[in-house]
Amino acid sequence: MQEPPTTLTASAPQQQLRVTSVWTKYSTTAIKSGAQAIHPGYGFLSENAIFANKCAEAGIVFIGPPAQAITDMGAKDISKRIMQQAKVPVVEGFHGEDQSDANLKVHAEKIGYPVMLKAVFGGGGKGMRIAFTPADFVEALSSARSEARKSFGRDEMLVEKFVERPRHVEVQVFGDSHGNYVHLWERDCSVQRRHQKIIEEAPAPNIDHATRLRLGESAVKAAAAVNYVGAGTVEFIMDPRNDFYFMEMNTRLQVEHPVSELITGTDLVEWQLRVAQGEKLPLKQEEIPLIGHAFECRVYAEDTVEGAFMPSAGKMEYASFPTEIARVDTGVESGDEVSVHYDPMIAKVIVHGRDRASASQALDAALAKTTIVGLPTNISFVRRILAHPEFAAGNVYTEFIPDHSAELFKEIPVTKAELIEGALAQTLSSRVSTDKLYSQLIPFRVNHQPVVTKKCGKKSVDLVQKDENTWEAEIDGEKTTVLVSELRRSSCGHELHFRVEAEGEAWRTKAVETESGTLVVVGKGEQTYEPEAKEWGDAGAGGAATGGHAIAPMPGIVERILVQKGDVVKAGQALVVVVAMKMEYIIRATRDSIVDDVTCAPAQNVPRSAVLVKLTAQEQ
Amino acid sequence: MYGNEEVPAGGILSAIGQIAGRLCVIVANDATVKGGTYYPITVKKHLRAQQIAAENGLPCVYLVDSGGANLPRQADIFADERHFGRIFYNQATMSGAGIPQLAVVMGSCTAGGAYVPAMSDQSIIVKKTGTVFLGGPPLVKAATGEEISAEALGGADLHCRESGVTDYYAHSDSHALHLARAAVAGMGAGGAQGGPAPSRAVEEPLYSPESIYGVVGTNLKNTYDVREVIARIVDGSRFDEFKPLYGETLVTGWAHLHGRQIGILANNGVLFAESAVKGAHFIELCAQRKIPLIFLQNITGFMVGRDAEAGGIAKHGAKLVTAVSCAAVPKITLLIGGSYGAGNYGMCGRAFGARFVFMWPNARISVMGGEQAAMVLATVQEDRRKKEGKEWTKEEDDAIRRPVIQSFEKEGHPYFASARLWDDGVIDPKDSRKVLGLALEATLQKSIGETNFESAVRVVLDGDSFIRNYSAE
Repeated sequence: MQEPPTTLTASAPQQQLRVTSVWTKYSTTAIKSGAQAIHPGYGFLSENAIFANKCAEAGIVFIGPPAQAITDMGAKDISKRIMQQAKVPVVEGFHGEDQSDANLKVHAEKIGYPVMLKAVFGGGGKGMRIAFTPADFVEALSSARSEARKSFGRDEMLVEKFVERPRHVEVQVFGDSHGNYVHLWERDCSVQRRHQKIIEEAPAPNIDHATRLRLGESAVKAAAAVNYVGAGTVEFIMDPRNDFYFMEMNTRLQVEHPVSELITGTDLVEWQLRVAQGEKLPLKQEEIPLIGHAFECRVYAEDTVEGAFMPSAGKMEYASFPTEIARVDTGVESGDEVSVHYDPMIAKVIVHGRDRASASQALDAALAKTTIVGLPTNISFVRRILAHPEFAAGNVYTEFIPDHSAELFKEIPVTKAELIEGALAQTLSSRVSTDKLYSQLIPFRVNHQPVVTKKCGKKSVDLVQKDENTWEAEIDGEKTTVLVSELRRSSCGHELHFRVEAEGEAWRTKAVETESGTLVVVGKGEQTYEPEAKEWGDAGAGGAATGGHAIAPMPGIVERILVQKGDVVKAGQALVVVVAMKMEYIIRATRDSIVDDVTCAPAQNVPRSAVLVKLTAQEQ
Repeated sequence: MYGNEEVPAGGILSAIGQIAGRLCVIVANDATVKGGTYYPITVKKHLRAQQIAAENGLPCVYLVDSGGANLPRQADIFADERHFGRIFYNQATMSGAGIPQLAVVMGSCTAGGAYVPAMSDQSIIVKKTGTVFLGGPPLVKAATGEEISAEALGGADLHCRESGVTDYYAHSDSHALHLARAAVAGMGAGGAQGGPAPSRAVEEPLYSPESIYGVVGTNLKNTYDVREVIARIVDGSRFDEFKPLYGETLVTGWAHLHGRQIGILANNGVLFAESAVKGAHFIELCAQRKIPLIFLQNITGFMVGRDAEAGGIAKHGAKLVTAVSCAAVPKITLLIGGSYGAGNYGMCGRAFGARFVFMWPNARISVMGGEQAAMVLATVQEDRRKKEGKEWTKEEDDAIRRPVIQSFEKEGHPYFASARLWDDGVIDPKDSRKVLGLALEATLQKSIGETNFESAVRVVLDGDSFIRNYSAE
């Protein structure tokens, strides 16, 4: 076998999206290094037909599908037509001139119930009705039409297949240049927020074998229809009856491909390289196993409080991954910056188990040992999802998070064990270690038992150290004897490990202290304690920033300014658009005001809490 | 001490503790006791804390919340050499000697109290609760008719922004303490501080500290071997005894305490001439080798009687007292039993420059035993009566003896002694190892000076505390 070709992984800030300049850089590098092929990564280059073509022209192998397949699958209408021709189920719809009730009903029958009726000139959910049975249809249609007329003055309707409680199920496919196609089973990526996946698993839960085979066959048909070569993903939308419909095909290796690798025991990047070299697929369909169950969690820097899922940026002061018990794909480490230019994904934590339950447990255990300090993450939120009975039952669908928000965002009272370990961690980590007896002895006062009081959220814990290992913790007047042992500091000095024994339970706790003094305690729970000094902050600076002015909710770049000095604005009116973390934020006036001053400029980089527009409230 | 007036802890708390890794003396007014005003004992305790700081080179942190002098008792606190003014004198001289002075104004600092932050190297003030002024609002109104609030007259804003009297502005007490820690961290290494590292690994004694209770018992008249106490204090219960066969009533020898070498002098009975000579010899060795001394006092006094006097006990006892006085090594004294008469002096009592003196609750301290004193007084009276040819009845004898015994009992009690600062605290016997270890470490923050017995001239710089040695040319 030849030496494997050198690969270059593509990634660059969005500003550098212009493929030509990227191409120049990459091709120069590729030629200089003698590379025979370019692996485009998972990013924007991987589905870029221009880039693929340029590779072909330069005689460099593009590790991916043929440019034509990228183009075909990139256009939704074309891909849908190709799939219909290939007898792959697609979401049917009618969007036509003949608006007679009878004709619409005929199409509804053809599409299959339930169907969605939508006003052609509609929006905002108005003029929309769902008909679950033919009996519902007439009434649904007339009420949709009348609402559309009232709202938009027109009552043209389109009919679409309505997919209830949809699941996002996708199939990993592979093709080679010899006309062979296989699928590597399906993945379920239904659990999403802001239309981005959080938890992916393979195989999809609650699917019978016949459906699983049909999914695979359909996906292979789809790949064959476009003469696909390399790794691809065929995405389906699936309803509770396990009927599924083609959505789109991703012509690249996806972020979540590791779960497919784990259940099939394959290395898909290796497959990509082999196929790119012109080899045949390493395995035939019947040779591809389905072993156990795999999960992937995308660890994001984001604030999950109350379901806002606000991306966050800043310095990741400390990161520790459970590489000994999970596959962790990441490119960042302690001290790295999570910038506003990229998706705030920090890592992928991937686990495998003999069945779904054990894989889920393994993921929970791995996440429990994943510690990120300095930025809020979705780790504990994902752990709550894993613990949810509906998730455990495999009842996943795209609206899982909003539908279960009551339980997922419920404030969980801090347990006694967490209070004890939190107070201990704060006390032990604040102990200055010197060679002086004053810091070595157990806190001592002549004829007095020193009590250390530590705040843990809303509660406070009184600690008394009785001897080297024995402590007494008092919470709400109730005393608990606690044994602390195996105390050690990591060589870097940032981590403190100890074992706690209280009320018949024993567990290990890790406390991570960052340079800024934030303490993250992971043991019975995960809690963050800010240093006391943060409470005082910078005197006087805090108050001025608010006062009804428009402020940046997070660090970002000013995209557009929609008002100017002297404008009279209404409450809720858009003032500034800020782009941060690939998302647009519209900053609105909180009340009727007059614009005093615009204190930002387009393309300006603004920090969190920066005043963007100064406003004076206008009396009504 | 003051009749019906209770002044717990003298209205002031003082301690040695580690701040930002550095040992400091902390002096905190307790405003819940008479508004934090200074009673005579408050002044004495404040000065004692400063003395500890000065002798051991420890930075001072004053947490000030005091109404100043207790006016009804001004005669006993204002004008004398070791009265209120000495506090500021000490602040100035310590600052001059490179011992940092830091004040945290957490309450009112009126009149004299205003000088504590003003005389400090650095000062922190808490907004709304801290005030500094020479004259408070009532005095200002009386003097000039000006009506003004305490905050406007001497609050944090005024002193941090306008007057510059205070250096740091704190939002709360906890913020102020945080700033104080930062200030101590910023004091730099200073002069010689930190002391030598322990010379060997720390070993716990072989005998548990609690078992000390069983050794000592409750009756001072019962004798026990003081080596049993030493075994419960020193590292590994190892004691390298010096001259074990000579002057056996004074046990001398070397040991390690929390890894540091010490010389120990401990009483095992009354002091004879040989014991005193042996003690002086041992102290000279330790002074020459710069080994700190620990005195374990359980002493009824020097031997009396014709033989003793003929043996020159007075002269030999004086040798011990001289050696104790002149030794420039740190000395720490622990009263573990009786501390009577010249025995107190020969075994480094308060007057002999011990850096720290501690007492056990069973210890007693007086010029002689109560019964002996009663006997002496009764005998004197009896002799006079007999000279006058009068009768001396049992009742009369009792009437003389009982009050003497009672008053000696009361005045020799550790609570009486400790309340008057004859010592630095009554400690639980089982904590002896810890307390001595901590005290020893505090004394080692300053390097040990040379002792020169031949030409030592004692210069009293600060009452009984500063002893400097000048060598003759």
